[in-house]
Amino acid sequence: MRAALWLAGVTSLALANSAIAADTIKIGFVSTFSGPTAVIGNDMRNSFELALDHIGRKMGGKPVEVIYEDDQQKPDVGKQKTEKLIQSDKVDFIAGYIWSNVLLASLKTAVDSQTFLISANAGPSQLAGELCSPYVFSTSWQNDQTPQAVGLYMNQKGVKSVFLIGPNYAAGKDMLAGVKSTFKGQVLGEEYTVWPSQLDFSAELSKARASKAESIFVFYPGAAGVQFLNQYTQAGLKQQIPLYTAFTIDELSLPLQKENALGVPGAQEWVNDLPNEQNKRFVADYRKKYTGLRPTFYGAQSYDAAQLISSAVEAVKADTSKKDAMKAEMEKANFKSVRGAFKFGNNHIPIQNFYLQDVVKDADGQLSLKTVATIVKDDQDRYHDKCPMK
Amino acid sequence: MLLIVEQFLNGLQFGLLLFLLAAGLTLVFGIMDFVNLAHGSLYMMGAYFAASFVAWTGNFIFGIVLALGATLLLGILLEFVALRHLYGRDHLDHVLATFGLILFFNDAVRLIWGPAGLALPLPAWLTVPVAILPGIYYPAYRLAIIAVALAVALILYVVVMRTRVGMLIRAGASNREMIGALGINIKLLYTLVFGLGAALAGLAGLMQAPILTVQIGMGENILILAFVIIVIGGIGSIRGAFLAAIFVGMIDTLGRAFLPDLLRQVLSSSAASTAAPALSSMLIYLLMATVLVARPEGLFPANRS
Repeated sequence: MRAALWLAGVTSLALANSAIAADTIKIGFVSTFSGPTAVIGNDMRNSFELALDHIGRKMGGKPVEVIYEDDQQKPDVGKQKTEKLIQSDKVDFIAGYIWSNVLLASLKTAVDSQTFLISANAGPSQLAGELCSPYVFSTSWQNDQTPQAVGLYMNQKGVKSVFLIGPNYAAGKDMLAGVKSTFKGQVLGEEYTVWPSQLDFSAELSKARASKAESIFVFYPGAAGVQFLNQYTQAGLKQQIPLYTAFTIDELSLPLQKENALGVPGAQEWVNDLPNEQNKRFVADYRKKYTGLRPTFYGAQSYDAAQLISSAVEAVKADTSKKDAMKAEMEKANFKSVRGAFKFGNNHIPIQNFYLQDVVKDADGQLSLKTVATIVKDDQDRYHDKCPMK
Repeated sequence: MLLIVEQFLNGLQFGLLLFLLAAGLTLVFGIMDFVNLAHGSLYMMGAYFAASFVAWTGNFIFGIVLALGATLLLGILLEFVALRHLYGRDHLDHVLATFGLILFFNDAVRLIWGPAGLALPLPAWLTVPVAILPGIYYPAYRLAIIAVALAVALILYVVVMRTRVGMLIRAGASNREMIGALGINIKLLYTLVFGLGAALAGLAGLMQAPILTVQIGMGENILILAFVIIVIGGIGSIRGAFLAAIFVGMIDTLGRAFLPDLLRQVLSSSAASTAAPALSSMLIYLLMATVLVARPEGLFPANRS
């Protein structure tokens, strides 16, 4: 008798549990929320939350639940958190991923469990090529694309030689390879620094100076970018060798880099002043909701990730078991992106414009990022042929 | 040529920073026979105090001085409240207790300042490049670090070799039991030495803050290097710590600068950049192992009996 009661209780609990689970759309978000790069994770979280506010916190009629997990910038921790979200929390979608090495470590868990993974930042070349999957989408770019645009810009400016410096991990290697693929001048040096612990770039800067290169290209996201610009300016290089960057100067690092960043160009697929309606609303509402803060491209990509997920859920009327229908809808990129309209390539990486961003001082002495020109239109990454999907 | 001069100066600067950290550690270990793993936490607190006080007062020099004072007080407080009960016990007890202190400090910092870390911006007059030789520019702030660290080393030398307090410190490093027997106030001496060590660690932490980092756990990696230095130099010996620190700083910096190019002859660029820092660390530990085998008391031991 008691055993029967117990069994009935457990069964009803289990049924109730699954019923409750089916009543919300669960999204897992893996990013960095501790250490010096926590500012990036916070920006992504703020933007994702703002997107959910704009959508009304419901997708396809069901309320949305987001679980944020901290990867501590470590691939093994990121993989653990991804596994926890997929296996234990049973999320319907997983998004986020700032760092390429964390994404690569977590990829298999998502793909094997057929959970949709939206990368809102990391774009390792393997993801666009051999490791592409019907379940993985990117609302950012492939790592090589942005430095490729910088390389094209450097050609336009007639730069004859460059010295490359970057961090020694997946994204760093992709970035330097990207510049080398489009830059037509001579590459006089290529230095990789220990990531993420090395913050003293004096050795690399000395070598750049000694090589007599006409320019330096760097990729240093987060705090490393602040220190690099400090040391570049302090070594007196600002007047001697111009600097070209990717992902080193953004709205988060600019307040710390201050005048060191003036006149240092970078390429980006999104800058805060892009003129489309969706972007104006995003930037204005972000600055209103989070006073004193400005959104960065990390945030813009997270905002788009939320919209992408929403478009898929709406298309299947919140029946998240219809994975093929959701995939088909997401492939259409049928939402108003804050970077303007774009299409997905066969490997689910966006085909999009890249803009030249510069740092300028406006009338009241405030430093801000501005779109100066379009470097390249409808750029597709160069690994899409390696992806077996059509 | 320019490269070598710059790297030499960078190595010197790193070595001097390491000396400041190692000097305190060697004094505490030598005189009080106390293994202080929390030394790295005092290094971290120096940096955090500096970032906070500079932001609070708006003045770089004033903020730095306040931070030094705060770290000194913190060291004395720590010794008084927690550590003096551990003297004379087994080294393992010291390790366990001070390891617990590391965890305590890391979480206290997270509670008070948040997880993201701080920045310590330099005043404009320290960010200018200085022409040390025609055409060779070196950052003013790094020159300032070298100057300050050398000045502190000189002051330490004068205090330890030429004053009465210094004589007590040297005597304590040589034979702790004897000076207790001679009626010297050992408790006060120990507190002073610990405070001095804390201040030195705090100075090292706040000096590297503008060019490197202010974040939780920043003291842990550099503490390992500091222990290697005091083993190589000789426990209790400041002169040994000075020479070993310069040596280690040079090996690390020059290794990072020149090994990748050497390795690139045989390996790919990114493989060379991965292997080079590992190799230069290996050189440091190899040096320590050699010293332990050939001269276990260190290169300049304090003549402990």
